[in-house]
Amino acid sequence: MKRSPLQGRILALLAISIPLAAIFFYVGLRSGPLAPIAVTVATVKTQKLAPALFGIGTVEARHTYRIGPTFAGRLKRLDVHVNDRVQAGQVLGEMDPVDLDDRIRSQDSAFRRSEAALREATARHAYTQTQAERYKQLFAARSTSEETLFTRQYELQIAEAALMAAREDVARIRADREALQAQRNSLRLIAPADGVVVLREADPGTTLVAGQAVVEIIAPHSLWINARFDQISALGLAQELPAQIVLRSRGEAALPGRVLRVEPKADAVTEETLAKVIFDSIPLPLPPLGELAEITLALDPLLETPVLSNAAIRFEDGKAGVWKLIEGSPRFTPIKLGASDLDGLVQVLEGLDIGDQVVLHSESALRAKSRIHVVDFIQKAQQ
Amino acid sequence: MISLAGRDILHAWGKFVFTGVGLGLLIGVTLIMAGVYRGMVDDGKALLDNSGADLWVVQKDTLGPYAESSSINDDTYRSILAMPGVAQAANVTYLTMQVRKDGTDVRAMVVGIAPGGPGVTPGWPLYLVAGRQITRSHYEAVADVASGFKLGDHIIIRRNHYTVVGLTRRMVSSSGDPMIFIPLKDAQQAQFLKDNDAIWQNRRRTRANPAFDRPGTPGLLDAVIDSQSTNAYVNAVLVTLKPGHAPDEVAEAIQRWKRLTVHTRFQMEDILIGKLIATSARQIAMFLVILAIVSAAIVAFIIYSLTMDKIREIAVLKLIGTRNQTIASMLMQQALALGVIGFVVGKITATFAAPLFPKYVLLMPLDSIVGFLAVLIICVMASIVAIRMALKVDPAEAVGG
Repeated sequence: MKRSPLQGRILALLAISIPLAAIFFYVGLRSGPLAPIAVTVATVKTQKLAPALFGIGTVEARHTYRIGPTFAGRLKRLDVHVNDRVQAGQVLGEMDPVDLDDRIRSQDSAFRRSEAALREATARHAYTQTQAERYKQLFAARSTSEETLFTRQYELQIAEAALMAAREDVARIRADREALQAQRNSLRLIAPADGVVVLREADPGTTLVAGQAVVEIIAPHSLWINARFDQISALGLAQELPAQIVLRSRGEAALPGRVLRVEPKADAVTEETLAKVIFDSIPLPLPPLGELAEITLALDPLLETPVLSNAAIRFEDGKAGVWKLIEGSPRFTPIKLGASDLDGLVQVLEGLDIGDQVVLHSESALRAKSRIHVVDFIQKAQQ
Repeated sequence: MISLAGRDILHAWGKFVFTGVGLGLLIGVTLIMAGVYRGMVDDGKALLDNSGADLWVVQKDTLGPYAESSSINDDTYRSILAMPGVAQAANVTYLTMQVRKDGTDVRAMVVGIAPGGPGVTPGWPLYLVAGRQITRSHYEAVADVASGFKLGDHIIIRRNHYTVVGLTRRMVSSSGDPMIFIPLKDAQQAQFLKDNDAIWQNRRRTRANPAFDRPGTPGLLDAVIDSQSTNAYVNAVLVTLKPGHAPDEVAEAIQRWKRLTVHTRFQMEDILIGKLIATSARQIAMFLVILAIVSAAIVAFIIYSLTMDKIREIAVLKLIGTRNQTIASMLMQQALALGVIGFVVGKITATFAAPLFPKYVLLMPLDSIVGFLAVLIICVMASIVAIRMALKVDPAEAVGG
């Protein structure tokens, strides 16, 4: 049978219009609000969660000695430079004594003068004493008048007083000189402990006020990290927790350490709990003070419980829950959450059983009557 | 009964179908344009939805944080938490900036989210398309897929490196830039701490100022420099309400007692859609109107010229005594068929083309239905002009030259 040209045309028209209609309906149902929402699904499984805390901090020295003059003055010399190692008791520099040495010399002269005065007083005392003794004997032999005896005794008393004054004067001048010497000694800047010079704030010739630091010394083996943990995630922070310290300059290489102490005072402004973390062994070369460090503290592993990724947790009317797959359609199931770890896994205390399937990721927010379409991964996220 | 229209279409089906496809592409562009407009409005609403807030507390007398810059102290949220009716209050920062990765950069809106979690703390992304939520208090990021970042990517925001741990979808700013969520403290630093050169220069400037560098008070300079690098500011506080409290009442109380400006969801939509994107949206809407008018004119012209092409055949029909009604219905059926083909092709092209656009194109079913009806009405009206011409034709033309 010969096919009429009309039939051919109908077929051609159908060949175009049927796929067009099919695509149209596909497009209508698979895009826009009518389309099913692509979701990925996770299965609830049991796992021992190893929670951890994460904080940041800066490298600091436990002991920092800020050394400077106790009097205002000018710096005369400073022998140490940054990075120099110093010993306890070492003289690091000296303040300019100005007129202190002259004053000490003046005191020396004054001292000698007072000694001479003392010798004079001693001699006078010895003479008046002898005279008094002699007149006493003469009076006993009635060879002199009582008045003359009294005069000699009176002279003796004056000589005794003058001797005592001269002695005290010597002591005073000696003390004055010692005081000046002590002042002179305190102009020397002396290292109180072994350490490394980290700061040299002034050069010779600089005028300094009392209490201003000239050099700063740290004890290099007392480095620690002043770490800060956000209060909202600082539960479990305790002494002796093992720590992994990542220094900003050393990339991903983590150094082992531990929490030395948790500070009893938290920072009220930044809402952070503070702790001091020490290295198990101080890294060499020494990390610079003030370097940023990331601290991860491992807490004790928890018991095996059902766990879930935090991406699965949604909130409906202020209640935490998950979209549980029941016969292929999602239903919101409230759950009770427990501890979580840094990889985003959360303990599920109530509401889910092992093996339950829940929506993990979704292309858009789910509603109670949403149609879903389970995929291995959401296309857009993989492009 | 023989369908005259069908027969005629079959007679020149190729021409008919290709005309329909051409018309479809035009309708597709119009639908896309409507989608662009809807997409702009939806971007604005998505920004509000995603923040999860009922109220936005911002600097006094500003339209912040999206439409205008706003800066408030980061401890303000504590006093807001104490207001009646407030369930949650959380700091948030928004900063549109270039986010770098391996030498390239992406324009993105960096959102600083307060510590807490999604649902509990407003501002967190409510759902993800891959990965997980942020768990560390520093240096982790959740990025929108539109940024092109992938899980595990290391991105650079100002001075710090962040690891992308999760991906979101449709988390965009009102201008369509993808959002990148990072912890609040990092974001504050990114926003308010200047670059290293600026910090050094600032230190030098301070040191050169004799008022701060006094020889008699050695610690003063350090104290002044320290105080210059603080960043205790945020852009807004997002507030959620306890059930049973009216947003307006709570907003009024905060405005009155805390001396701050508060926007409700309704006001925020008004600011975003009515002010922020108003001009560009109107621009697009204007384009849409012009495109619709041009499309209607072209449809009318196509149908008119198709009718004119077969004016001789119509004259023959009239000559053999075909009723006017039959001819009119043939032309109208053809016009409607053309309209249907055009709409189907237009809808398909619009749907497949929409994801290729850099900004979000939202094709709403209602727009499609309105578009379909508009296409049919335009076709009917165009066919009426053609029918008038066809009916006026002289049967003698069939035999004449």
